[in-house]
Amino acid sequence: MYPPKFDYLRADSAANALELLAANPDAKVMAGGHSLIPAMNLRLADPGTIIDIGRVADFKFLSANDGYVGIGSGTTHAEVAASSDVPSALSEAAGLIGDPQVRNRGTVGGNIAHADPASDLPTVLVALDATISTVSGSGTRMIKAGDFFVDLFETALNDGELVAEISMNQDGANTGSAYAKLSNPASRYAMVGAAARVTVEGGVFTAVSVAVGGLTPKAQAAPSVGAALVGQAATADNIAAAAAAVQNDLGDDVMGDIHASADYRRQMATVFVKRALTKATERAG
Amino acid sequence: MGNYVGKSMKRVEDPRFIQGQGRYVANLKIYGMTHAAIKRSPYPHAKINSIDTAAAEALDGVIAVFTGKDLADSGVNPIPCGFTPPDIKLPPHHALAIDRVRHVGDGVAVVIAESAYIAYDALDLIEVDYEPLPAVVDAKAAAQPGAPQVHDEVPNNVSFTWAIGDEAAVNAALAACDHVVELDLINQRLIPNAMEPRAAAAQWDSAMEQMTVWTSSQNPHTIRLLLSAFTLGIPEHKLRVISPDVGGGFGSKIFHYAEEVIVPWAARKIGRPVKWVATRSESHMTDAHGRDHVTHCKLGMSQDGIFQALHIENYANMGAYLSLFAPMIPTALYHTLMAGLYKTPVIYGVTYGTMTNTTPVDAYRGAGRPEASYVLERLIDIASRDLNMDPIEMRRKNFIQPDEFPYQTPVALIYDSGNYDAVFDTAVEMADYSAMRAEQAAARAAGKLVGVGVSGCIEASGAGPSAAVVSLGAAIGLYESGAIRVHPTGKVTVLTGAHSHGQGHETSLAQIVGDELGIPISDIEVIHGDTERLPYGVGTYASRSMAVGGGALVMSAQKIRDKITRIAAHQLEAAVEDMVYDRTTGTVHVKGAPDKAKAFGEIAFAVTLANNLPAGMEPALEETSYFDPPNFTFPNSAHIAKVEVDKDSGEVTLLDYVAVDDVGNIINPLLVEGQIVGGVAQGVGQALWEHGAYDAEGQLLSGTFMDYAMPRADGFPQIRVGRTVTPSPSNPLGVKGAGEMGTIAGTVTVVNAVMDALAPLGVRHLDMPLTAEKIKAAIAAANGGSN
Repeated sequence: MYPPKFDYLRADSAANALELLAANPDAKVMAGGHSLIPAMNLRLADPGTIIDIGRVADFKFLSANDGYVGIGSGTTHAEVAASSDVPSALSEAAGLIGDPQVRNRGTVGGNIAHADPASDLPTVLVALDATISTVSGSGTRMIKAGDFFVDLFETALNDGELVAEISMNQDGANTGSAYAKLSNPASRYAMVGAAARVTVEGGVFTAVSVAVGGLTPKAQAAPSVGAALVGQAATADNIAAAAAAVQNDLGDDVMGDIHASADYRRQMATVFVKRALTKATERAG
Repeated sequence: MGNYVGKSMKRVEDPRFIQGQGRYVANLKIYGMTHAAIKRSPYPHAKINSIDTAAAEALDGVIAVFTGKDLADSGVNPIPCGFTPPDIKLPPHHALAIDRVRHVGDGVAVVIAESAYIAYDALDLIEVDYEPLPAVVDAKAAAQPGAPQVHDEVPNNVSFTWAIGDEAAVNAALAACDHVVELDLINQRLIPNAMEPRAAAAQWDSAMEQMTVWTSSQNPHTIRLLLSAFTLGIPEHKLRVISPDVGGGFGSKIFHYAEEVIVPWAARKIGRPVKWVATRSESHMTDAHGRDHVTHCKLGMSQDGIFQALHIENYANMGAYLSLFAPMIPTALYHTLMAGLYKTPVIYGVTYGTMTNTTPVDAYRGAGRPEASYVLERLIDIASRDLNMDPIEMRRKNFIQPDEFPYQTPVALIYDSGNYDAVFDTAVEMADYSAMRAEQAAARAAGKLVGVGVSGCIEASGAGPSAAVVSLGAAIGLYESGAIRVHPTGKVTVLTGAHSHGQGHETSLAQIVGDELGIPISDIEVIHGDTERLPYGVGTYASRSMAVGGGALVMSAQKIRDKITRIAAHQLEAAVEDMVYDRTTGTVHVKGAPDKAKAFGEIAFAVTLANNLPAGMEPALEETSYFDPPNFTFPNSAHIAKVEVDKDSGEVTLLDYVAVDDVGNIINPLLVEGQIVGGVAQGVGQALWEHGAYDAEGQLLSGTFMDYAMPRADGFPQIRVGRTVTPSPSNPLGVKGAGEMGTIAGTVTVVNAVMDALAPLGVRHLDMPLTAEKIKAAIAAANGGSN
């Protein structure tokens, strides 16, 4: 595999990364490189200049405080998968990404900035209502995950803006979260991914948040499922009935390929939402 | 019992591999070496109007750019096909396409540059004016009237029609049968994916007019022969071919590839060494693919399940060109195995080999035999369900019995030995088959889709008797060479024409020679893969290295022992017939007088002194032998798998897998178990995941690992391996091939298991790979379209 020629710049701090980016506006930012380098090797990407932020310490942290957890964008999938501070759905999804080599290099920030529709983390972050903090020459911004993912490989990030931190509520009392996916048998990316977080109090769902991804151009919330479930008893029958409501939230943009047609993926949204809800409900107990 | 044979020994080659010290073609560095990259067609079928290489040639660091016309103008000949049944239509196969490209990945030009990076940059600067033509992809569709023509030389795209058996007799027998199972099935295309991509390098020595070619190949002597006698015309004694460490082949590295022609030609042309290493994407586009059959088959039987007749009509996709052994795979290695383990009295089969706008198809692990077992064992599986008979009982009713060997099948082969009931007894016991069935019944009662699949497969391995394979159409004999060179200090070099590319021959062949001569294997070095160091050899494929290559070494060891015995007798002043060669200690002594002895090393040195040898004896302890076996060997198997299908999603989980194989005597059980387990994984890969997929227009859809689904460890339970041993009479070691049984049986066993899981829904057959979507659709259809 032989990529086209490129210049390589390594940032040593967040501020330095922004300076380099300002000086090289057409450069591509790389953290773990697990999406960018294969694309370059296949000559599908020819960025000219790479700014490597993979060693920037400012982006490498994972800390929990007061029921809230903040994850630096440079945190690797392996670190997230091993963390008991992050919601179960997130550690579970991070542990399903690629293989150990990928998880040891790939980063959360790189993953979401790439916005691959078949990626696992965007779905989880939407379900968890995570906040994405960014830095740029003009300051910082806070973007809700539901607004961050705009389309196929497209985010709300502006030119010259970097993901700094992803933060969210931890799974609190009586609350559980889970991620379930139908993997592409070749790439193991999600053909259908479903994430759920539920709160069960006195045997009744009091909060439910669900998102699906993999089958649509971007991860999306499935509010119909939560609406169908909140106030209901936490039973398998209720979960199964509510899972089917995900169909109300899917538009006509469900995608298919040689591994799974759009119709099948649409059907499987119900199946995998049910699995995620079932597991999240067990964890809430 | 010797010191080594039959013992599980770790591979002596492993330390260098696991420490990154393997020496592959890609590791090769030669002073002045340049790098090649191939411009490949993005079109499945197109006329080449023009190729403009000027911009590429002008790029800094580019040494030269050559096209197919340049090669042809300098006298390079097309790549030959090495298996030619009568009336075959042979289309030319140029190393670089000249006026027409015929599959995605067909080479049109080569760039030679100072670095691989520059070479790939230059590829983007070559402008090819293509005029797209309609393409055909499907093996059967290619033979239909009006299909796009791939080659002018092959009317209707049918390169050959190959048949065996009496069709009228089979049809009459089928008409008289109580029950006939009829099935259409597709054995889908696979992409082999050896871990090491193909690679070739070459150096021309103008002073000596000598060419050295390094290639990631399973058979360097065959490649030398083809380069010399066919493609490049370099005299064979001026041509050295080296296959150093090779990281897997699975058959795909048997064949003579275009790059093996282009690279040495270019090295001579520019006067500098050239190296080419395939990218993984190139491997997907240009390594010969496997399987790709469209088959209609019928098995007739009596009401009590005794097989009466079998009829096979098969279309085999050859791809865009006839690869080296391509026509042999769906013919002589396919129809001849249709008897399986059974006494079916009449069998007819016909294969149409068709040309399509796809990557050429050739031998891939099992090569014809997995396809044959798939047909037969699927038919039997369905038959047992139709007749409400246990699938193992139905098979047992039809087995060839142990006292019936050698057994002449109705499809040419004579089976050497076997005891199929014993293999099944072992498998049934290991799997606890009746408990497995009881668990299945309980799971079904609980609403689950659980299936148990069985298969009994046969293989003709250890190819083979040269006269037989040449009479069938092969252009090479299939004997093997084995030389033993004893050095003055008693150390031994073993030279084998077989080639190790993952099999572990440096260990297993040393075990054989160690026991034959009674010397420690640490005193033995096994050399393979270099035409200049070895006697002429045939190479490794068709599970032949132990049976044929091992046989040649046994012959040479016998000659060495005889000579040592004669020298010892002479020096001890005893009669030769009174001498005893102790193969556990490597000493020769006078019968009844163990202290009147000579050690192996003493004789080795005495030969070097040459002052006290029997009269007329030549002073050398070096022997070369060639073994041409009297028959193939016929390993056989009983495999049992248990699966569960998720009703909601259609996903398959493999719960248990028992593989019992009779591969005759075993040299190294550890290596055999590795072959079986790896083979099963590869076989299951075809059943559940792998598919070399093209769209209808001829674009390769599974061009990278993002879309080509390889089997992975997390898809498997612990594969439980057992064995029975029925020695083969076809070679001195009594061994049978072990390299392919796992693959042959793995595919159909798991498909049978999934079909067993779906049987309560009335599902009869689904084509591979058994994707979740395909299964879910079948479940939904069985439930009247609802989920």
